[in-house]
Amino acid sequence: MYTFSSKLKTFSFVLMIVGILGIGYGFLTAPKTIQDVETILKAEESHEGHEAAAVNHEAKAEAQEAVANHEEVAKTVVDSTSHDTIAKAIAPVVAAKPEVATEKVVDPAKEHEEHAAHVLSQLQNKPWAALYVACIFFMLITMGALAFYAIQQVAQAGWSPVLFRVMQGITSYLLPGSIIFFIILLASGFHMNHLFIWMDEKVRATDEIIKGKAGYLNFPFWIIRATLFLTVWNLYRFFSRKNCLAQDESNDNSYYKKNFKMSAAFLVFFIVSESIMSWDWIMSVDPHWFSTLFGWYVFASFFVSGITAIQMVTLYLKSKGYLENVNSSHIHDLSKFMFGISVFWTYLWFSQFMLIWYANIPEEVTYFVMRIEHYNITFFGAVAMNFVFPILLLINTDFKRIAWIIVMAGIVILFGHYIDFFNMIMPATVGDRWFIGIPEISSLAFFLGLFIYVVFSALTKAPLVPKRNPFIEESKHFHY
Amino acid sequence: MSSNKVIHAIYNDDDVLMDAVHKTRAAHHHIEEVFTPFPVHGLDKAMGIAPTRLAICAFIYGCIGLSVATTMMNYIMIQDWPQDIGGKPSFSYIQNMPAFVPVMFEMTVFFAAHLMVITFYMRSKLWPFKKAENPDLRTTDDHFLMEVAVKGDEAELVKFFEGTGAVEVKVIDKH
Repeated sequence: MYTFSSKLKTFSFVLMIVGILGIGYGFLTAPKTIQDVETILKAEESHEGHEAAAVNHEAKAEAQEAVANHEEVAKTVVDSTSHDTIAKAIAPVVAAKPEVATEKVVDPAKEHEEHAAHVLSQLQNKPWAALYVACIFFMLITMGALAFYAIQQVAQAGWSPVLFRVMQGITSYLLPGSIIFFIILLASGFHMNHLFIWMDEKVRATDEIIKGKAGYLNFPFWIIRATLFLTVWNLYRFFSRKNCLAQDESNDNSYYKKNFKMSAAFLVFFIVSESIMSWDWIMSVDPHWFSTLFGWYVFASFFVSGITAIQMVTLYLKSKGYLENVNSSHIHDLSKFMFGISVFWTYLWFSQFMLIWYANIPEEVTYFVMRIEHYNITFFGAVAMNFVFPILLLINTDFKRIAWIIVMAGIVILFGHYIDFFNMIMPATVGDRWFIGIPEISSLAFFLGLFIYVVFSALTKAPLVPKRNPFIEESKHFHY
Repeated sequence: MSSNKVIHAIYNDDDVLMDAVHKTRAAHHHIEEVFTPFPVHGLDKAMGIAPTRLAICAFIYGCIGLSVATTMMNYIMIQDWPQDIGGKPSFSYIQNMPAFVPVMFEMTVFFAAHLMVITFYMRSKLWPFKKAENPDLRTTDDHFLMEVAVKGDEAELVKFFEGTGAVEVKVIDKH
């Protein structure tokens, strides 16, 4: 039996408390009114130090808005590009010019007001988005571990049964994680934030594209889907754990067979719900944009994070002497999965990016234009952390067994996939107002603390080696 | 004592063979070669053979392939004739890089795979029309053969190998 070390417990509490304080700070310092934003914008202008900057700034803001804004992104881009070409093609013909000009004429005062309102909404979203990214990230890590666990059972893997209790420990975070996540979803639905622009009544009334998607993107249907998915995932987790413990005390393999069938059914449900989940909770923050392989891409991201989490917890428990049956071959296998799925993630990341970049259709490409312009460091940094670093480090067979190298790679992979989720959510919610500051780090710290606390508490509740699993002997003597 | 005499100890089970290899190594007899009809897991470790460096070769070949692809496309598409093809930006390599990645990837794999296979053939001296080096035809079917150089007392050696479970022990004069 594992006993929760008091140091780790204290550490998790410290993380949670610091996290809560930081989250609170983030919410308190977010601007409340348009006046707050005006002062912020004034301060930024004077910071730039140009007298003429006001005009400049306005123009820049307009350009940014055109890219960042949810509203009529595609339209603006199409319009402006076609106008440009028209203007170039018939440059000597003056008649074309007034038409372009009339469309560009906007009342500067009104525009400034709109800009301030836009910035206010972004800044108010910032603490919410920070919370949302950290929350969905940790919840999906447990889903990655749960999917891996189900696959191991269905595949009748001979190496992994000694790690089943570790995986169950990690997936125990699914329940608290999904409850908090569900509360945040409800908060969005009840307009406490505007993470999901399609929930905004004013936008729904005027935006033709969102109107057209209202049959799918409406709050009741959306929250019912979320409830269904979270419930089924939690039920599978609960019963699979229960059967696994019952199998220990049983005289035959009936519980094992039950788990086998249940895992197979779960995997079918999971892959459908996972796709829909990724549209609902991640893609719908950009309701004007769509991508067909998005679900797979999100899956690869949290699947590799889940495997990495299993590896990290295993290494920790092993270093404390709790997993005597786990040998370097088990570690090696997990490292191979970390390596392989990292490459798989990159494959999907690149496929999504390259197809859209190559075809360059305005209604799709704004997604990446926004990210490359305003999120350059995190957008390409994620590729470096999730691909270049692990591929160079974990390609070596010997390195796949060395604990400190795996831990280093694991930390970079986990952080890289946090950044990946950050890249998916932030551009649509806070736009160019992003920063990895106190709200973001505190949210991460809070959920990390909660994750550590829940996972290691769960690990104390059952022996770390399943007793009567049909493959447990093979697994104990697994050697690669 | 003749230096070109070898013992051929023949076994009909891989477990017995592994056991015999361990015993032979413990008795400090030099194993020249072991012939088996199929890969015996752990045999190389038991014989004390150094690990292969083919993977390292493959990594280097992959890097070469990547360099070839990059240099080639940078020269052709960016330096030599940077024309506008469907609006793709050919001002610098990085600007049009996504379009080059499929080629870069395939060339890396192509070089790594093929050059590694050729390295394998060269290092293990395999080629068409090569004369097969088979000491006993049965080793390709169901027998295992361990070849050990004869040093010291021949009769004692034969006795030793008979004791390791060999179904047949022969002393061969090698040319």
